[in-house]
Amino acid sequence: MSGSLLKVAGVTRRFGGLTALDGLDLDVGAGEILGLIGPNGSGKTTFFNVITGVFPPNAGSIHFGGHDITGFAPPAIYRAGIARTFQRSRLCLELSVLDNILIGNQLRLTRGFIFNLLRRRRFADQYRAFRAEAVDLLATFDPPLARRIEEPVAGMPMILRRRIEICRALISRPRLLLLDEPSAGMTHDETRHLMDDILEVRRRLGGELAIIIIEHEMGVIERITDRCAVLNFGQKICEGSYRAVAADPLVQQAYLGVE
Amino acid sequence: MNGSFPRALLPGLAAIVLGVLFLALLLTFESQWSVGALLAGGAAVVFIASRAGLLSRAATSFDTHEPVMAGATILALLVLAAWFAEDHFPLLMLSTVLLMVTSCLGLTVQFGFAGMVNFAGAAFFGLGAYTAAVLVRYTHLPHLLSLPAGGLAAGILGSVLIWPMLRTKGHYSAVVTIAFAILFKTFLEVNDTLGGAQGMKIRNIVVFGWKPNQDIEIGSLELSHYLIYFLAALALAAVAFVFCRRLERSWIGLSMDAVRIDETAAACFGLDVRRWKIVAFTWGNVLAGMAGALYALMVGYVAPNNFTFGDSLILVSIVLLGGIGNVWGVMVAAALMILLPEKLQAIQEYRFLLYAVLVMLILLFRPQGLLPRPLRRYLPGGAGR
Ligand SMILES: Nc1ncnc2c1ncn2[C@@H]1O[C@H](COP(=O)(O)OP(=O)(O)O)[C@@H](O)[C@H]1O
Ligand SMILES: [Mg+2]
Repeated sequence: MSGSLLKVAGVTRRFGGLTALDGLDLDVGAGEILGLIGPNGSGKTTFFNVITGVFPPNAGSIHFGGHDITGFAPPAIYRAGIARTFQRSRLCLELSVLDNILIGNQLRLTRGFIFNLLRRRRFADQYRAFRAEAVDLLATFDPPLARRIEEPVAGMPMILRRRIEICRALISRPRLLLLDEPSAGMTHDETRHLMDDILEVRRRLGGELAIIIIEHEMGVIERITDRCAVLNFGQKICEGSYRAVAADPLVQQAYLGVE
Repeated sequence: MNGSFPRALLPGLAAIVLGVLFLALLLTFESQWSVGALLAGGAAVVFIASRAGLLSRAATSFDTHEPVMAGATILALLVLAAWFAEDHFPLLMLSTVLLMVTSCLGLTVQFGFAGMVNFAGAAFFGLGAYTAAVLVRYTHLPHLLSLPAGGLAAGILGSVLIWPMLRTKGHYSAVVTIAFAILFKTFLEVNDTLGGAQGMKIRNIVVFGWKPNQDIEIGSLELSHYLIYFLAALALAAVAFVFCRRLERSWIGLSMDAVRIDETAAACFGLDVRRWKIVAFTWGNVLAGMAGALYALMVGYVAPNNFTFGDSLILVSIVLLGGIGNVWGVMVAAALMILLPEKLQAIQEYRFLLYAVLVMLILLFRPQGLLPRPLRRYLPGGAGR
């Protein structure tokens, strides 16, 4: 397979007696957009948690960019080039917009004590450079928000929080972006805008960014994904283009809940 | 530069002058009536100033002109010390406050930044004190070395204690520190080499051939030997302040905040949660240990009763009162919490009760503390565009 970026084979994850992921196989190519759908509780978020190392898999393997990352801790997986958003927004509410975005930039922040405490000139240079980058990135999504970068996130509406969260994930320039229900709590139009902005940033980054998106809005899935995979009870029941998947009787059964 | 005095400085400078004046009167007054009247007057001034919006303007001065404000604070404290140059008690009190400020800045790094509650602050302070005492008493090392040695000892023992803390989840790691605080005091009490419950005296401290624990005579002037310790404590507190401030305003402070607020999210963005906790805990204890070592040299003795769990609670309540993570708040809170019980005999016996009530009230009604921590400002002055 040419250009397989993420290669998941036989991944299983249990919580006590519950098998949330059951022998899952999934491939994502570089620059591909994959839609991950399935009813509530089918294991989609768990899949993200397993890939990012929050919960290591009980069985199976995960390869990313040709390297085995099975069982790696979250920081190592982030360093390999996978960034994510969370289903329930997990920003640092008492910190500023800028702080929240820069937290995602850990890969490039100089962490040494000497640099941070004593080389304040050089620190200031680095700060200005990253700040400008954060403003640029945020301006793609929302120019007015880019001017409010010093304000605390607390009190900002959900749509702004989503944009900030996506910028936090993008500023590290990952190779794979995991979006967990980015449209939750937003209107149709807001979702449409958000997706357009994500695609725009992706294009500017050279189109090499692969995305896995968990989404209930089928319109979104249809419009932006190259391919879809459907989960039910932790198993992949179907995979293919949106059209093929939507027409699949197994999928219709899973969504309608008929046996 | 247009040569004119920036008016934005005025509210802040006024706050410093009034604060130091309040300290001077508090340390001078003897009768309980005058102390009570002073407190009532101080509270009234603060209340009126806050109603008139002057308090927030003072806060703005500190926020926008911090180096000037820090310099002015140091200058004001030096004037205060010169005023009391011949009196032991006020200088001892001021020095103690400054050492508590240093310890609480250590707790601020641990608790305010990285979110690790440490109920053994006084134990790490005591560890530094005992290290200094042992070095002076049993070795021939230069006595000045006992300061870094005290910090080092507290840092090292803290990095041993951190392992069980990291293995426990959530607030249980605070329980580990409580256990350590109690263990530490019990260990001192039964250890005869360290003087048991009586503790030990430290005599004949010599720094560069000069004895800091003797009063200084200049002509007819007889300066208290505590003046030297005041200067040393002020220098230590100033270094600790700059350390905390720069830490906060750097990627390190940002990382610690991220770890405190959401460990899982932080880990998903590449932060090594354990690393930042270890770093915060160790440096916080180093500050407490250095303060403790200087305290031991200053008072000339160490005893287990000075480093109890109750003292650790006082340190935590200072941080809570001042505003968790606010480095200026810690100073105001430390002065109030240390000096008031000393000057008001009425509350001295009940001080722990009062502290407990105070902490509960703060947590209930103003959980962010009296002076909530402002948003991070990476560069001094403007927004840093
Ligand atoms: N941390 C956890 N502990 C126990 N059970 C979990 C945990 N996370 C998810 N689950 C369970 O795993 C199943 C799949 O959940 P999830 O992956 O969140 O589904 P989805 O995102 O598709 O709605 C659910 O039954 C859920 O209760
Ligand atoms: Mg989910």
